[in-house]
Amino acid sequence: MKILVCLSNVPDTTTKIKLNGDQSALDMTGVQWVINPWDELALTRALDLKEKSEGKIDTITVITVGESLTEPTIRKALAVGADDAVRINLNPTDDYEVASNIAAWVKNNPYNIILTGIESSDYNGSAVGGMLAEFLKIPSVSSVSFLDMEGDKPLMKREIPGGTETIRVPMPFVAIVQKGIALDPRIPAMRGIMMARKKELTVVEPAGEGSKSTYIGFAMPKAKAKVKMIDAENAGQLITLLHEEAKVI
Amino acid sequence: MSVIVYTENWDGKFKKSSYELVSYAHALASELGVETIAISIGQVPEDQLNALANYGANKVLCVKNPELAVLDNAAYASAIARAAKANNAQVVVFANNFTGKAVAPRVAVKLEAGMANSVTTLPLSFSPFVVQKNIFNGKAQGNLQINSNIKVLSLAQNSFGVKESSVSLTIENFDAQLDSSKFNTELIEKNTVSGKIILTDAELVVSGGRGMKSPDNWGPLEELAAILGAGTACSRPVADEGWRPHSEHVGQTGKVIAPNLYIALGISGAIQHLAGVSSSKVIVAVNTDPEAPFFEAADYGILGDVNKILPKLVEAAKAFKAHS
Ligand SMILES: Cc1cc2nc3c(=O)[nH]c(=O)nc-3n(C[C@H](O)[C@H](O)[C@H](O)COP(=O)(O)OP(=O)(O)OC[C@H]3O[C@@H](n4cnc5c(N)ncnc54)[C@H](O)[C@@H]3O)c2cc1C
Ligand SMILES: Nc1ncnc2c1ncn2[C@@H]1O[C@H](COP(=O)(O)O)[C@@H](O)[C@H]1O
Repeated sequence: MKILVCLSNVPDTTTKIKLNGDQSALDMTGVQWVINPWDELALTRALDLKEKSEGKIDTITVITVGESLTEPTIRKALAVGADDAVRINLNPTDDYEVASNIAAWVKNNPYNIILTGIESSDYNGSAVGGMLAEFLKIPSVSSVSFLDMEGDKPLMKREIPGGTETIRVPMPFVAIVQKGIALDPRIPAMRGIMMARKKELTVVEPAGEGSKSTYIGFAMPKAKAKVKMIDAENAGQLITLLHEEAKVI
Repeated sequence: MSVIVYTENWDGKFKKSSYELVSYAHALASELGVETIAISIGQVPEDQLNALANYGANKVLCVKNPELAVLDNAAYASAIARAAKANNAQVVVFANNFTGKAVAPRVAVKLEAGMANSVTTLPLSFSPFVVQKNIFNGKAQGNLQINSNIKVLSLAQNSFGVKESSVSLTIENFDAQLDSSKFNTELIEKNTVSGKIILTDAELVVSGGRGMKSPDNWGPLEELAAILGAGTACSRPVADEGWRPHSEHVGQTGKVIAPNLYIALGISGAIQHLAGVSSSKVIVAVNTDPEAPFFEAADYGILGDVNKILPKLVEAAKAFKAHS
């Protein structure tokens, strides 16, 4: 059995967002690039499953649609334990293009389970997993917080408003993962980093469809008015202000 | 031509967010000079369906195919895409919630449509078609131009508001003609908590962080929430340490919420926490540290020990409720 984990290369979550002079682009100078947090957890879970599968799961492959600057991120995933990697050599414009290109690869290189994150922390598209499944005409399960194998059958939980559902779908499928899928991401060890250098990173040219949308400008959120401080001794005054001034209660 | 809006129901009922969504679709349809058509899946009483007219729906398509009893993302997408095609939809609108995230991307591929999620405004322009959406978890806004003929949008909750505009509405059945052999999501078990306010629906939220000091101190926080009719939330370390259930964790790696009021008690206001709450209309921060970052994101602040301040808030809230 084979698992594919889709990796999005994103700025570190503490990055301060700046715009360039005419607000036509984000200023990415000095940004630290990392594996999208959800994808890191998806990979961690995939590796856990492989290790306890007694050989039933053969390989964990990671895939990124991105230009060569994404390779440090891919190498990190290999250092953490992925067996091999694919990079589709394209700087994607939108999720449609990403999903279509991953689908083009998967059509010729099938996997039993494909994992994506619920969203990339940069453009918050929340779309690649569902789009990929639709391009491949296979099931997708969204908001997955738990994935395990019961023998040969995968079992999932998805988070619905106010609760969870335990779900099964036939393979192959796309699981779109979120909080809960793994506790903490694995950190690469020295040995892993050494081994990662010898692992295969296949670079392929794009074979999917182009984009349907493009960013043409950016804006920063409106600056907040200064906070109004209330004396702790008269904290109860807050309730009056929330009613009379803010009108939210 | 039309704008299609998927109006989800919960046990046969719509919510305020459904009305917000129809209001948005109607405003969009008016600008385009086309009809607003709602799609409803499952059994919904007629009075509920009729209520959608108050927010501008001209027509409701009721889809009752048995394949849709459990949320199967592919089946839902097939049904909605088929209705969109049958009604010549120019734009298909979803909520940016659990179901929207599950289904909208599949619909976009079926319709060969560009998609924008977490949209916060009506289009900035129609030709080209440009919408504004949250990026970097609300740390910035991006103007996304969609170039396909059909567009799929999902609306960020509480970003547009409910707007009344009465029109006359027709109710029709729509057979989505699904091939049941293709859909196979098997629901094995469902666990829901009843009686609690669902955090992502809550208009008011009271939230605690590590500054609460101990899980034993949550009594007054829950009391305040109960008096106000608010949901309860917490920061990530609080959930990780098992002080509160994981379902309450908000932030970048937890739930993203946008209530009218968010009261943060003993939470520092780390950037990853703010990513989940900064779209709240009004924010209150209570903290002992005058330098706590939450004071920069807050509208109201109280400097002091939360365990001394909470009883005062509870008392004032009780008095307020007694008078209103
Ligand atoms: C990739 C990543 C993702 C993350 N995702 C999330 C997320 O989704 N949600 C999230 O919340 N965090 C998230 N975090 C963690 C985040 O960075 C902070 O560590 C966390 O939000 C801090 O929680 P806290 O404010 O409760 O605790 P602390 O940082 O310990 O802050 C406690 C606050 O309480 C104040 N305080 C102390 N005593 C009192 C008192 N008696 N009365 C009043 N105030 C008091 C202190 O001054 C302080 O400001 C993430 C981190 C990373 C790296
Ligand atoms: N460029 C990319 N290459 C590979 N996978 C991606 C890429 N962008 C997004 N993904 C995957 O899709 C998920 C959701 O991203 P998005 O739909 O862009 O918010 C991410 O968590 C990744 O698993």
